[in-house]
Amino acid sequence: MADIRSNFVGIKSPNPFWLASAPPTDKAYNVERAFKAGWGGVVWKTLGEEGPPIVNVNGPRYGAIWGADRRLLGLNNIELITDRALQINLQEIKQVKLAWPDRALVVSIMVPCEEESWKAILPVVEETGADGIELNFGCPHGMSERGMGSAVGQVPEYIEMVTRWCKQYTRMPVIVKLTPNITDIRYPARAAHRGGADAVSLINTISSIVSVDLDSFSPEPSINGKGSHGGYCGPAVKPIALNMVAEIARDPETAGLPISGIGGITTWRDAAEFMALGAGNVQVCTAAMTYGFKIVEEMISGLSNWMDEKGHADLDAFAGRAVRNVTDWQYLDLNYIAKARIDQDLCISCGRCHIACEDTSHQAIMKEKDGKRHFEVMDDECVGCNLCVNVCPVEDCITMVPLEPGMLDERTGRIVEDRYANWTMHPNNPSTRPTPGDVSVVEPAE
Amino acid sequence: MSQPVVKPGIAAGRLAPDRYRENFSDLHAPLDRHEALVEADRCYFCFDAPCMNACPTEIDIPLFIREISTGNPLGAAETIFEQNILGGMCARVCPTEELCEEACVREAAEGKPVRIGLLQRYATDAAMDANAQFFTRAPRTGRRIAVVGAGPAGLACAHGLAVHGHDVTIFDGRPKAGGLNEYGIASYKSPDGFAQAEIDYVTAIGGIAIELGQMLGRDFTLSDLEARFDAVFLGIGLSGVNALRAEGEEASGVEDAVDFIAELRQANDLSLLPIGQRVVVIGGGMTAIDAAIQAKLLGAEEVTICYRRGKGEMNASDWEQDLATSRGVVIRHWLAPLRVLTEDGRVSGIELEYTQLVDGRLQGMGHTTSIPADQIFKAIGQTLEPRHAEGLTLIGGRIEIDAEGRTSRPGIWAGGDCVATGDDLTVTAVAQGRDAAQSIHLALAARSAPARAQAGERIHG
Repeated sequence: MADIRSNFVGIKSPNPFWLASAPPTDKAYNVERAFKAGWGGVVWKTLGEEGPPIVNVNGPRYGAIWGADRRLLGLNNIELITDRALQINLQEIKQVKLAWPDRALVVSIMVPCEEESWKAILPVVEETGADGIELNFGCPHGMSERGMGSAVGQVPEYIEMVTRWCKQYTRMPVIVKLTPNITDIRYPARAAHRGGADAVSLINTISSIVSVDLDSFSPEPSINGKGSHGGYCGPAVKPIALNMVAEIARDPETAGLPISGIGGITTWRDAAEFMALGAGNVQVCTAAMTYGFKIVEEMISGLSNWMDEKGHADLDAFAGRAVRNVTDWQYLDLNYIAKARIDQDLCISCGRCHIACEDTSHQAIMKEKDGKRHFEVMDDECVGCNLCVNVCPVEDCITMVPLEPGMLDERTGRIVEDRYANWTMHPNNPSTRPTPGDVSVVEPAE
Repeated sequence: MSQPVVKPGIAAGRLAPDRYRENFSDLHAPLDRHEALVEADRCYFCFDAPCMNACPTEIDIPLFIREISTGNPLGAAETIFEQNILGGMCARVCPTEELCEEACVREAAEGKPVRIGLLQRYATDAAMDANAQFFTRAPRTGRRIAVVGAGPAGLACAHGLAVHGHDVTIFDGRPKAGGLNEYGIASYKSPDGFAQAEIDYVTAIGGIAIELGQMLGRDFTLSDLEARFDAVFLGIGLSGVNALRAEGEEASGVEDAVDFIAELRQANDLSLLPIGQRVVVIGGGMTAIDAAIQAKLLGAEEVTICYRRGKGEMNASDWEQDLATSRGVVIRHWLAPLRVLTEDGRVSGIELEYTQLVDGRLQGMGHTTSIPADQIFKAIGQTLEPRHAEGLTLIGGRIEIDAEGRTSRPGIWAGGDCVATGDDLTVTAVAQGRDAAQSIHLALAARSAPARAQAGERIHG
């Protein structure tokens, strides 16, 4: 039986599945339900500084996009940080941590970008017995207008400065939560690293408008006819998050910096992918908000079974294993040649591969053979682009099959070479300096 | 549960009064908006979709389903009606399990096709409820066309002609228009006066007059029509009924299934409609199934369909056969009627001979069985009455037409069950009526404009 216990920057939890700082972790009632359901840890919904409570809108806070069967694919929200009194939150955090000592309890914090504000709140959070803090430099809506959240996360110097204060004024591990609303995630991650952060967590939500009401012409969610951009999350943002996690994991300046992966994680498989790309654990929100806390049972069972099947004894056995395989485009092997193959036994003849290829790609899939409806790849036209695989409704019906070295690529008329060759070595690359005596041509110009 | 009333022989009122409405309500409840959206999401929007190619009217099914899924049911209805103006009835009566839904790739993938028929009904109901009309009449051409038969073929033809600005007069011998839609479809497939509502919807385009109680061969002849109109379309169906060719079939209690179905459709009070305690239906098509199920629904205790060949040879689809058996009808194969058994001139049963195929030919095996019955319905096919087809070439007893619906007689087109290429489907009749309208329109347009100006110009003018 695989060991899925997690130790993230010294914070232990029975599994790597934490609930992210968000509505599901706003109070003891929810958090205790989550722990009963089996969640390994939570990041308590962001606390602000002492004072009059935060005010939220009193209309819709969430908007969504859906896939087939109205399955929720993306959610956005305009909810602010906790609108409950600081003291109540602190009391509940203390009480929950006492009752659930084996679970991770990290507290998210967002106070103004002033040293005194951080100096004031850190001791009272530490007093709760919480396992660590997460600095909310990510929320893109509302609080950012007040100079907090993503307004801090978009300025690396602020990130470094505040992180440094936190490391100075608390003994708790400091996790810096990053906003994706920047051009290059490596800069804020490096800043957090320089400031002494124990870890970064990402991604926070993405600035978004999910839809427009075509009767009232109001963005949604609509507050009396007006809308404001919200923070986007859910399955739709997972690819963006995966890339940002990978970018940090493979950046020499931040390599080894622990990462808590966040962004559209819905199943054990998503979690495993984040961890393979360098995340030490994962945080979940939208999936729980869509289906309830019970989904963690599937995540625990799925991850354990996959680890058993693959022989991964513990999380470290596979964590980061995909990082080395993330590279720049210019280093991709141009001698790797694949062709699509349609399994005629699995094919249900919907023809979507054909029309996608015919209308929008390379005219490489025939629609009939011997006068009958039949879909088959023409190797002499197939560039191996994978579009047909992606539009096919039947899993594994179309697969990409690499040509072995020595085989003929019917499209180019060339023999597949048994040699790695990338763009940096390509004769069409203006900056290529051909090695003397090397006359091989990797790929003809398109 | 109300107890059925036990009555021997042929009698009315076998059920408690509340059961009639329940038994003859809609076979399939319509999809509500949520159900329609869920179902529409299942469509893969196939390229050159097999469902579309399986539809005799070639409705662009993926497109109309996509329109439903995006909250555009009226757009969906327009897509349907462009190809099939009787898309509402076809959604109810088409054997989709042998047409679009059989071809659906999800049938191949998982044995559960997209429920195209119900989605089509969702869209067409939305349009008809809103009385959204998608066709406008072209300016009047002054051309006059006679359509004989107000069934699916005739209505589709009339609508197509009216769109082009022609004036159409439909003649029908029955007191109500609709043909088999009104008189031949099982009640539970077209409840609540849908057939008449659809006729009103289709004829709302204008330019279509319907003259009822006017029967070809009785009240007028083909030659009369040729003299009065620029073109004629025959959608006269099959009004003759095949004989059992069994001894004693003239006995009281032996009836035509089509008459029974028509009577049932027109009945204001089903509790007054007599039905046998034990009913035998002879035949293997949709009429046999519809008669048998409705006999059962009227309270017959035992209903048996006897067919002289095997299950696979029945014209009724597997789905329809299963529907019948699920309602308690017994289907027996390889039995041919030999003799109607009588007592005091009334049916008491039927003697049937076992059959088998020998070298591809059906033969009696020499031994027989008897089934007690108070009532026997004949559902062994209908025929074209020759007096309706004077001067027309027939093939296999039905009117010969070419690909456009032209008969052997210039100026006369035909479609639906009365033609040799008909396949006894409403949807095929609609396709043929629609295509004939286009052919008639082109033929009339081909006649020169000056010729049109000549008063009194006629087909053989």
